Formats: sequence, structure tokens, C-alpha cells
Amino acid sequence: MMGPLLAIQDLQVAFRMGRGKRAQAVGGMGGAGAGVSFDVAENSTVALVGESGSGKSVTAMSVLGLLPENAERRGRILWQGRDLLQASLRELQALRGREIACVFQDPMSSLNPVFTIGRQLAEPLRKHLGLSARQAARRAEELLAEVGIPEPARRLASHPHELSGGQQQRVMIAMALACEPRLLIADEPTTALDVTIQRQILELLARLKTQHRMSVLFISHDLALVGEIADRVVVMRHGQVREEGPVAQIFAQPQDAYTKALLACRPSLEGNPRRLMVIDEHIAAQGRNGASAEAAAPAKDPDAPVVLEVKSLAKSFWLRQGLFGRREFKAVQDVNFRLRRGHTLGVVGESGSGKTTMGLTLLRLHEPTSGEVIFDGRNLLALTDRERLAMRRRIQIVFQNPYASLNPRFTIGQTLVEPMAIHGIGADTAEREQRARALLQKVGLDARAFGKYPHEFSGGQRQRVAIARCLTLSPEVLVLDEAVSALDVSVQAQVLNLLKDLQDELRLAYVFISHDLAVVRFISDEVLVMKDGRVVERAGAEQILAAPKEEYTRRLLAAVPRGWQPGARA
Amino acid sequence: MSAVLPAAAADEGAAPASEGVWHAAWRRFRGDRVGLGSLLVVLAFVLLIAAAALGLVARDWQDEIAVPNAPPTLLGARAPAGGGSGIEAPKGPNVDLSDIDPLAPRYREWDERARQYQTQERPKAATLPFGGDRLGRDVLAKAIKGTEISVFVGVAAALCATLIGTVLGALAGFFGGRAGDLLEWVYNVFESIPNILLIFAFAAVVGRGVEGVVVILALTGWTGMYRQVRAEFMKHASREYVRSAEAIGASAASRMFRHILPNVSHVILVRMSLLAVGFIKAEVILSYLGLGVRVDQVSWGTMLAEAQSELILGYWWQLVTATLFMAVFVTAFSLATDALRDALDPRLRGLE
Repeated sequence: MMGPLLAIQDLQVAFRMGRGKRAQAVGGMGGAGAGVSFDVAENSTVALVGESGSGKSVTAMSVLGLLPENAERRGRILWQGRDLLQASLRELQALRGREIACVFQDPMSSLNPVFTIGRQLAEPLRKHLGLSARQAARRAEELLAEVGIPEPARRLASHPHELSGGQQQRVMIAMALACEPRLLIADEPTTALDVTIQRQILELLARLKTQHRMSVLFISHDLALVGEIADRVVVMRHGQVREEGPVAQIFAQPQDAYTKALLACRPSLEGNPRRLMVIDEHIAAQGRNGASAEAAAPAKDPDAPVVLEVKSLAKSFWLRQGLFGRREFKAVQDVNFRLRRGHTLGVVGESGSGKTTMGLTLLRLHEPTSGEVIFDGRNLLALTDRERLAMRRRIQIVFQNPYASLNPRFTIGQTLVEPMAIHGIGADTAEREQRARALLQKVGLDARAFGKYPHEFSGGQRQRVAIARCLTLSPEVLVLDEAVSALDVSVQAQVLNLLKDLQDELRLAYVFISHDLAVVRFISDEVLVMKDGRVVERAGAEQILAAPKEEYTRRLLAAVPRGWQPGARA
Repeated sequence: MSAVLPAAAADEGAAPASEGVWHAAWRRFRGDRVGLGSLLVVLAFVLLIAAAALGLVARDWQDEIAVPNAPPTLLGARAPAGGGSGIEAPKGPNVDLSDIDPLAPRYREWDERARQYQTQERPKAATLPFGGDRLGRDVLAKAIKGTEISVFVGVAAALCATLIGTVLGALAGFFGGRAGDLLEWVYNVFESIPNILLIFAFAAVVGRGVEGVVVILALTGWTGMYRQVRAEFMKHASREYVRSAEAIGASAASRMFRHILPNVSHVILVRMSLLAVGFIKAEVILSYLGLGVRVDQVSWGTMLAEAQSELILGYWWQLVTATLFMAVFVTAFSLATDALRDALDPRLRGLE
């Protein structure tokens, strides 16, 4: 038997930070054996799994030497027995694209916006394979057809912005496949995409792998996702390999506490725990007899007062067409729902389904075109500006990206005190600061966070700050616009638990917008499924899971990653 | 949840204030050797300007202390005979004319009298460290005094232009719509007129003088700043942190100037430094064309204007001195603000 295609042995990567400081990204500080080691066999899929900052991308990028200048690599990376760390740049360039190809997370920024798809596809073909322009064009068309893009001949002449995100990622995969590489490195290739598109891309990768007999190194933070396609799984944390093994073993008999915790913290479609296990809790609970968090949720009062009622809400944007023409684009039409105190309404749909626009319209961050939003008996859309300020307090929003939603020039304290100052809550600054500190504790942050700036916090911590900012105004309704989508699976569990706790304690009503049905189902009482600006299905959370009525809902459900299933694959 | 530390309440008062944006910027700035060096040069210039303004140095720049066009000390004094002081002395022995000269008996008396007054006149220096101008004024003193005016003009005009450009740009970028269209129209009107023509037009109305130059440059130079600030505000207005501020009820003015402005300040700062450099050069051109400062004032521009006629006669030192001062200041200023931009840019944070 031949040796593995790629063997990484005791790899350690550190970044020089200037002034003699170094940051260890991969591998421990110690000598031999402390680094990362694993093999990628021929025609197999190996998944690297870990939270952000676990060193998984750094490990993968060291294979091709695509790290920044200040990286120092030690150990051995053997490509068919040849050490790539000793290879010259010329040798590496011959490998890149030809033998080892990469697909990155964000297709939008990986494609050059000013060149056509055809031209970008043809470039590696002509450079590496020496095809003529005509041959390259024909091959490019074949490749596009192979990755499942309709009308490939016509698409060759399109520019990247004319394609959807999923199609762009397909083009990136086609480019990577152009020279029939032996190994494809896919760095979170589906994280920026919708669940349904993610499903298609995964299927595409699996199909291509068998067709071309290539190996895939798949990087992801989502264990459930890689469970579906990987043959072997490498779990990383803090630059160390925590566990490595065949996928069945990792899912059926995880050995490492961290792996077990990762498996437990993602909301799934089976079973509905009251709370999600978070990594630290789970590791702490290992010794004890699996402290069960599966206690059934106390039934919510079905007759709680209605706090928010929306009647035939609609929002249109006007697109310019031609010189004078305008075309109406109906982003949201005819949305109706009632939200009771202490309840959660989940809103799911693919991107472009109008769910975010709907959320923003509720707060009048977008002016609605028509409809009524009745909050506490008054139509929010008919208020004067002065009355609106008072109402604004009671309905608040948490945005998707915690890196963008906090002002980088404000300390956490300033961020929290500002809304109270605007609305005159608290007698003076001292009292407001007191309240802000109390709220920080409530969302699980140290009171010392008060004087710090957002860049000193991780994504999950920032999202807690954003939630605390909303709570300063004691709102009754919180709109959570993809509030956990940008977070790692493990951090997502913490924030979801926090939201549940806060709901129980403060009797908040949530409008929870997400593209992930498993998450929505975990937190919601009722679910709206939106498509093209319309509500296509509306039912209780359990009902929608058990008996989805619409084809679209079934598709969304099928797209949720389920992890490794015994017998799912032959 | 699991990470809550209730003990934190105990040391609440002692909560360490985190490193602020400005502190962090200063720490990064200190690490930049070129930036730090440039800043020192700029500070030296600032001290020089302060001293000149207080009259500690270069107060008597108008005194004619040397012979006309005295060369720099380095070159040595001009050979007196070699100087083309008129007609060549005739050859041959001197002829004694005293017996036919009717004034001859009085020469001695006049010499006596003249000697009594001679003590009043100071001897003119033959050379000066950086040379003298056509009236024998010290070029170094002129350059120092000129620094005061030129830098004042550049910085003051840049501040005014920044103020105009930032306020209009913020309004146009944040509100867009009708207000944006109107401001865009004003901008286009200003941009469509050739710059120098616009400057002439304003100069004709405002008249000569330092204040006049500041007003002219500010009124013609704000357009680039406007454009850039407008673009930045358009970008930031749709960012989530501004949306969040709107959701908590922050007013438009608060969102514009409390939330967005600090986040685009690095762009404004750099643009302002570029404006200052550009305006210093523009003042030179204006003064050169006779639209600049008054005749009893001196700036780098007026020095260069004088240098034009001197250069034909081979007196190059005034030109070199003024250019040297300007080049050193402008380069140091540019480098220092460039380092400042790097230190302030929030995007670079976390890369360290």
C-alpha cells in the first residue's frame, strides 16, 4: 500500500509579532510531539473541526505556504513523501492549483469582479495545462456544467455579481477542479451560504470527490456538517489535536470531553432540550453522571397578553429602470402574526426571503409601505416622532454581526449608558453606570468589561453586550435578526441559553429571525416560514417539524445538517 | 452563565480602565520610528514658529545688516576688486592735480568732518550664514519669519476647509436624497471651474493679506474633503452599529457626530494633513503671483518670488533656503500624519 497523499507531522506554526514576541497558532510550546499530526489518505475526505482561533485554517494554509510573511513553521508536511516545508517557491507554485487546490469561505471576495467567469476559469487552464483559448473555453463550459450551473455557455460571459452566492461558490469549486487536483482544501466553503445552498454544495463536493477520485481537506466549525461528508475527523482546539478518528467513531464513541461537548451543543432536530450544553459545562459534567439538561420546558401560558400584532405588513423598494421608469420590488408582502408576552416567534427563510426587511420594518428602521404594527394597542406606524421615541424603547433589535453592531470607538460602558441617557432612565450618570454593570452581570460578563473596548472581546461576548444594550431600555419585544448565525456552534449555544434565561426572567417576547431551522425550532413557540417576501407557512414549532405542509419548508428541514447517521451512507 | 464571576462586584471600583483608543494609537505611533522622527521635526518647527511669533527670533528680519546680496559664509566674501564696481582704474602713475584743483585745500577739512559722522554707521557684513537678499537682509531670518506665516496659512486654511468639507460631506452622506442632491450640485459648481481661476476670482474680492489667503484657500479647497467624507458617511450610515444607535433612539445629529465621526476621523486627519501641505504650496504660488501676503510681510512664497530675479544674477541662496525649509517641513509633516493615520485606523487594530 502507498503512503498517505498528505501527511502532516508535528506541525507547529507561530507568528512573529515584532519586538521578539511570538504567538503560537498551531502546536504547543514544547518540543517534539507537541505539534499537529494527521494524514490525508488518497480519495478520502478529512475534516478539520474546531472553533474560530483553534488553528484549523492556519494548519491547512501551511500546506501550500499561503501564510503571511511573519509565520514560522516547524515540523514536516509530506506531500507524497516530499517535504513541502523545504520546497522552493517555484515548486510550491507548480503544486498550487495543479495538484492541490483551494476553495475559500467567501466566494464574493474570492472572484475578481471585473473579469467574466469564463476568463477567470480559463486562466488556470491555459497557465497550468497549456490549452489554447478555444480549448480552454470549451473545458470551462464543461466544468461549469459539472458543478451544476444551468446554461453554462451563457454563464461564461457573466460577471460574478450576476450570480447568486451559491453559484459563485460553484464557480470557485469549478476553478479549483480545473486542473483535476489530487487534493482540494475547502476552508469553510459553506459558512457564508444559506442552509439549502450549503446542502447542495456538500452534495456537489461529495459527488466530485467520487468522480475525480480526489481527496478533500474540509475545514469547518460545525461538527454536524462534516459528519455528513467526512471519512475521518480531526478535532482541534487551541492549536492542538484533541481527537482524531473515523467519522463513525467520533460520532458514536467520542473519547475526548471536548468532542463530546461539541456534539452536544448544537441544537438538533431530534429531541428538544430545555437548555443546550455549553462546552465548559459539558466538560465539567463529564465526571458526574451526565447531568441531564433534558428537563421538559415548563408549558408557556397560551393566553398571555398579545404584545405585538402585525396586520398585512408590506414593504416595497423602488428600483430604477431605464431613464425614468421605476419598478416595484415587493420585499415583504402581507405578513400577519401575533406575538404573546414571553413567547418567541421564529422567522425562517433563505436569504432574500424578506425576513430581515420585515424585522427592520417592525422597528421602523425601514418605513413600511402599508399595513399595521399594533404594539400594546397602538399602531406604531401612525405615531408622531415624539411618541415614536417613547415606543422605540419598548421594542429593540439585536443584529447579526456582533463585530459590526458595536461602535468600535465606544467603551462597553459608554455603549450601555448612551441609550439610558437618551431616554432619561436613571437619575444621573452614576445610577446609569450602576445599572449597566448589573446588566453586564446578567448577560454573563464580568463587570470589569465596563471600561473595555469592543475589540477586546470575542464574538459571543460582543453579542452579549449587544443584548445588554437592548436590555438597558427594559424592552418588551426583542427582534433578534440572525443574532447567533455569525457565531461558532459552541458560542451559539451559550447565547441561545442566555436568551432563554432572559425570556423566562423578564418575560420578553422575541421575534427570532434565522435561516437555521434547528436553531429556530430550539427557541421558538411558533414559526413563520417566509419565501419571496411572503409567509408560506405558519405553525407551532413542533408541528412544523413533525408535519411540514409546504414543499419549501420540507426543503429547509432537509437542509439542516444532521451529523453522522449510522447507515446513512453505504 | 457558567462564566459569571459574582466576585467581580467586589473590585468594581478598582476595575482597570482599559487602554483607550488614543492610548493605543499613541502606543502604536511610538513604535513607528520614521513617524516619531518626523513628529520631532514638526515639533521643532512649531517651537520655531512660536519663538518667531513671540519675537524671540527673527524679530529684525527687515534690518539691512549685510551688503546687498551677501553670499553665504560657506562661500566666503565676494572679492572686492573682482566685483564689477564700474570703470576699470587707468594704468600708469597717479598724477598730482592738487595745484590746479581749486577744492584741494578743503579736502583735509572735509575728511576731518566726515570722520566725525562715520561712527554712526554700522559696518555691513560681507557674508551671512545663509546669505543676504538684494537689500542685505538676512535670508535665514526671513525664512524663519516666513515659516511662521506660511505654516499658519497652510494649517489655518486646512482647518477651515476641513470644517466646511466635513460638515457638508456628513450632511450629504448621511441624509442623501434632496439635501444630498443640493450639496452635490454646489460641489459640482465648484469643481467645474478651473482652480486657479476660482482663486483669482476670490482674491479679487477678498484682497491681499494673510487672512485673505486663508479664506481663499479654504473656500476653494474643501471639495476633495467633502467628497471623501460623504463617501465615508454613506458607507457608515448603513453599518449595523449606526442602525443599533437608531434603534435605541439616538438622534440624527448624535449618530452623525458622536457615532460616525470618530470612526472616520483617521480619514479626515490624513486628508487635512494633505490639505495643509497643499495649501502651503498654494500660498507660495499665490504670493509668487502677487495675490498673497502684503509687501511688509514675508513668506516662503514671497522669498521664492524674489528669487526669480536674483537667480539671473547668480544669487541662488534665497531660493535654496526657502525651498529647504519648505521641503523639510512638508516632508516631515506628511510622514508624521501618515504614521498618525496608521496608528488611528481601527481596521489595523488586532493585526499587531
